[in-house]
Amino acid sequence: MVPDDARGPDEPAATARFVRPYTITAGRTKAAVDLPLEATLRLRPHDPSTDEDLAAGALRVLDLCDQRSVAEVSALASMPIGVVRVLLGDLVQQGLVRVQATITESSSKDERIELIERTLRGLRTY
Amino acid sequence: MDFAPTSAPRKAASTKIVIAGGFGVGKTTLVGAVSEIMPLRTEALVTNESEHVDDLAATPSKTTTTVAMDFGRLTLAEDLVLYLFGTPGQRRFWFMWDDLCRGAIGAIVLVDTNRLDESFSPLDYFESKGLPFIVAVNQFDGTREYELDEVASALALPAEVPIIRIDARSRESAKRALVRVTEYALLRLTQSLPVNAT
Repeated sequence: MVPDDARGPDEPAATARFVRPYTITAGRTKAAVDLPLEATLRLRPHDPSTDEDLAAGALRVLDLCDQRSVAEVSALASMPIGVVRVLLGDLVQQGLVRVQATITESSSKDERIELIERTLRGLRTY
Repeated sequence: MDFAPTSAPRKAASTKIVIAGGFGVGKTTLVGAVSEIMPLRTEALVTNESEHVDDLAATPSKTTTTVAMDFGRLTLAEDLVLYLFGTPGQRRFWFMWDDLCRGAIGAIVLVDTNRLDESFSPLDYFESKGLPFIVAVNQFDGTREYELDEVASALALPAEVPIIRIDARSRESAKRALVRVTEYALLRLTQSLPVNAT
């Protein structure tokens, strides 16, 4: 067996951080809503003048998130997934952002089949 | 005349497929071969609460490390995006696998025949979670080519699990693997095959 910490060339080293990333979320680590990694965010129409009330981290995420997934926002904002989830969860609760459909635990069998069939059709012509 | 819509309006959605396998087996290569964007890297934080229990004086706060995951994106239709996520290799990061696999269509386990043992853990994991998976043998230059049924039997694969050959560098080959795992996931759902092949 390979030891737990063995890494190949494509495995980035786990590095220690000196900044405590959850200070940006005031220490909160749980998001207010369920946000799968692949879930796509959409901006809701809102008055941009209210954006001034948002903290810098939330604003950065708000600027990046339209038509992108939770994972993409995390990568592009260079923020860990958990931090981005907390910030996006807040924006969803504030009515600034909505979350598009994914397959979830609560999806019915028909919903799953429909989404997988659509994916298959798309892949065949991709 | 009354026209009843034949189906409900399609909801914009995104789905994902997980790419697993041992170190250097070609996960990110596969993602890069089909992704419309350069593979992106996202990080999750791991707090090593249990690692320094006997060393509290030297570690005034919990240490935090990051685990990285590479992923790619395929826009399949105006209202549908597929994401491909490569799994982090280290076993102590398996909590991330639950996050990655939740809601996934299925998984592709990439296999290097020189290091078959590295695929045992991913196979066990997907079997225990009931996530549909296929095995894709990545063909490396200069390695002996094994028959697929030899590989299947060395991996003790259940008979229904598809096994294919792949060149992870090739867009068409990678695409075929994605089609295959999606077909298999659909078959499993529509035929209600047993969730756990034991």
